[in-house]
Amino acid sequence: MAESTLPKKLTRKDFVSDQEVRWCPGCGDYAILAAIQKVMPELGVPREKTVFVSGIGCSSRFPYYMNTYGFHTIHGRAPTFATGIKCARPDLTVWLVTGDGDGLSIGGNHLLHLLRRNVDIKVLLFNNRIYGLTKGQYSPTSEQGKKTKSTPMGSIERPLNPLRFAIASEATFVARTYDTDVKHMGQVFEAAARHKGIAFIEILQNCVIFNDGAFDPWINKKAKEETLAFLEHGKPITFGAGGRKGIRLRGFAPEVVTWGEGEAPPADLVVHDAHDASSAPAFLLADLEAPMVMGVLRQVEAPTYDAGLVGQIERARERAGGKADLAALFREGAETWTV
Amino acid sequence: MSATTTPSRPGKPILEFERAVVRFAGDSGDGMQVTGSQFTTTSALIGNDVATFPDFPAEIRAPAGTLPGVSGFQIQFGSVDVHTPGDAPDVLVAMNPAALKANLRDLQDGATIVANKNAFNPAGLKKAGYEQNPLEDGSLAKFRVIEVPLSDLTREALKDSPLDPASVDRCKNFFALGIMFWLYDRPLDPTYTWIRAKFKGKQVLIDANELALRQGYYFAETAEIFTAHYAIKPASHLPPGEYRQISGNEAIALGLVTAARKAGIDLFYGSYPITPASDVLHALSRYKAHGVKTFQAEDEIAAVGAAIGASFAGALGVTGTSGPGVALKAEAIGLAVMTELPLVVVNVQRAGPSTGMPTKTEQADLLQAMFGRNGECPVGIVAPATPAECFTLTVEAARLALTHMVPVFILSDGYLANGAEPWRLPDPDAIAPITPRFVTSSDGPFRPYAHDPETLSRPWALPGTPGLEHRLGGLEKWDGTGNISYDPDNHHHMVALRAAKIERMQVPPAEVMGPAEGDLLVLGWGGTFGALRTAVEQVQREDGAAVSLCHLRYLNPFPPDLGEVLGRFKRVLVPELNLGQLWTMVRARYAVPAVKYSKVKGRPFQVAEVVARLREELAQARAEVARG
Repeated sequence: MAESTLPKKLTRKDFVSDQEVRWCPGCGDYAILAAIQKVMPELGVPREKTVFVSGIGCSSRFPYYMNTYGFHTIHGRAPTFATGIKCARPDLTVWLVTGDGDGLSIGGNHLLHLLRRNVDIKVLLFNNRIYGLTKGQYSPTSEQGKKTKSTPMGSIERPLNPLRFAIASEATFVARTYDTDVKHMGQVFEAAARHKGIAFIEILQNCVIFNDGAFDPWINKKAKEETLAFLEHGKPITFGAGGRKGIRLRGFAPEVVTWGEGEAPPADLVVHDAHDASSAPAFLLADLEAPMVMGVLRQVEAPTYDAGLVGQIERARERAGGKADLAALFREGAETWTV
Repeated sequence: MSATTTPSRPGKPILEFERAVVRFAGDSGDGMQVTGSQFTTTSALIGNDVATFPDFPAEIRAPAGTLPGVSGFQIQFGSVDVHTPGDAPDVLVAMNPAALKANLRDLQDGATIVANKNAFNPAGLKKAGYEQNPLEDGSLAKFRVIEVPLSDLTREALKDSPLDPASVDRCKNFFALGIMFWLYDRPLDPTYTWIRAKFKGKQVLIDANELALRQGYYFAETAEIFTAHYAIKPASHLPPGEYRQISGNEAIALGLVTAARKAGIDLFYGSYPITPASDVLHALSRYKAHGVKTFQAEDEIAAVGAAIGASFAGALGVTGTSGPGVALKAEAIGLAVMTELPLVVVNVQRAGPSTGMPTKTEQADLLQAMFGRNGECPVGIVAPATPAECFTLTVEAARLALTHMVPVFILSDGYLANGAEPWRLPDPDAIAPITPRFVTSSDGPFRPYAHDPETLSRPWALPGTPGLEHRLGGLEKWDGTGNISYDPDNHHHMVALRAAKIERMQVPPAEVMGPAEGDLLVLGWGGTFGALRTAVEQVQREDGAAVSLCHLRYLNPFPPDLGEVLGRFKRVLVPELNLGQLWTMVRARYAVPAVKYSKVKGRPFQVAEVVARLREELAQARAEVARG
């Protein structure tokens, strides 16, 4: 029982907990769970070294279904608990599961600061553009005019783009994937896991009950060839039939360019550079709606908060030269006298 | 007293006193806190018992010379037991008219006022709202007023300094301190040491401040303003040992590090800056060599969330704040109760509600600590009585949290946080180890909610332990497995179990100072101890009355014998800096006809007002007996 699970090759089943999964039939969350459970054995991280943390909402039930350590916390605050876990124990691999309500509404402030600090945590934001657990109110990513139980005449709020939020918050890894493509999800999750620092992944997720088909215009099987562009670092951004559509820039404005079969693509196609020091290209990509981009928009290196915290402690200990016992502490910075 | 650096004293006689009270008051930019601290350090170093009361505005720099900008620092020092900073100053140092005006009502007839005459000019008087100069209009006739042209004298003393005029003026607080050092026969060396460390590498500032201090001392000795000076001998009642001065906030920081070390785990402190608790964060952030991790969070909620996360991961998770911050943390504290994780919550109370009076003291968050969460959500509560006791009770709070796997509150207050007293350095080896219920393996499936029959704590299985993977959360748990449960009987059982965990805490019996039974019991808690003890002792001594003090350190659970103790007195008086919160609790719990005594002014109790109230209570008690 006390043996590490590392030596033996783990399988998907090792990450399945004994709890019955209780999402609605047909919910996109099932596929996301399956994709995570499938990718986990590939990461080489022992089960016991993995912690899933969540807030409140449908997506936040996720930790109960993972046979790892898990913490289902309170609404919007999961980033804070995850930060404490990672800072206390940098040896742990911490995943955070949140949604568009939990992460961008009630917990927006915490998510912003988690991303800004570059804590080495992997964030899965399930975006279904609706409040599911509270039965169907609009969310911060719902489109303007959305009619819901709390907005019978349509929402008057402007929606937030989660990727632009993440990029503006200085996230060092920003990606998007969607719930009906298990293979793509797996690739993105693995890339996130291998990134040192914060990783933010927006997962377009269908809520069959309260917002069914929200992403259909982009991701339905018939349309997606024309509506989705899959990013690959170092390669031109292409899509469409035969990959004969690309993006080029006119000033700062991106435009779609098409070329004929057998023709060479234009020389000025935008080549995706995920490592660009500037976040401006990633912003541009995040904004695109036709096509919508999938994959890693941005991945840059930066020192992590948890490593910085540990580094300062190590430096302080070196300076103290081992004179850090309690007796020394009681005298630290104070003048003493004897009675 | 060092012969080399302290001038010899010709002539003037030295009068000996048991204790004295001095208050320094000036603009918040006048350096009154530094001046007061230096006077305190020196007094402590020569062996006096001391107690201090810094009193400063919330504004960093209110308009100079105005009443809202007045900052004060009071110290009582003595050769005998000193439990409070004193009711009324024997000497008030007033750096400007506003400082005089703001503090005048605290002076008793015959008190000495040392006033900076230069600041009593038309502009200064106008800012303070004086129509006439109080130094000239006879309104201070009841006091002994010593007018000193502090600004002129400082400029004259530093006329050869290369400092600019504004910087020269900033040295006048040390000129005033020099005067007070002569008046109370204290050495200058400790302040020289402080100046040299503070301005290290800035020789011009070192020279100027030392010179101002020394010239102030000489001035007091030479000028015909004082006919005598006073000596206060070292205190003889202090037990032998090595001492330092400590404030409540410093003591909490040291207590937290000690507790973590005694439990063999790391300390994680999550906090968002807030008056008057920020100094705990500042102190702990300097203790990195001791393995302390501090996290300045984006807000109060993040601070407690991170602390609970750290506890989940195996650290001693602590969050520190004041009342407004506790309000924000309430939901997360409930999660720690539900997930049965250890957590220490430090509340350095301040005057409320809402933003209230941030730099003023109050003890009105007791019921917030008890009940300020949704659902049945019990926590442990301890309350230190003195700055030094903040150390021991912090260690005990962490011990209870780690032993029972629950949140425990420490209720300090602004008065304890900033006040200082001598602290005898404890022997680290004499502090009992703390033994959390860690588990590293399990026979059969791991049961994260298998409760210990004695402490009712659940096993603490740390992430990283193979085979003990488990999930926690805020949904109700099935006792034993920890699985989510909506079973009605289980919920009732778990609510009772969480309450019983607190009741099972081993806390010491109530301590009664004075007769074990009698006419009047004063029941107090927290930072009012010094004033209550001094008052009770005075009434015992002067009136021969059967009055006792029971000062509670444990508020949840109460000491096991508290009900019995209350029953041994004819009358119970509960003095509090609130509208009767402990009073509400003891009446509800023990159904005793306790009487409340409230003061909610943002200021501590004065000994004299408590003495007066005790005498009233005793008179009423006698009248009741007479009526039969």
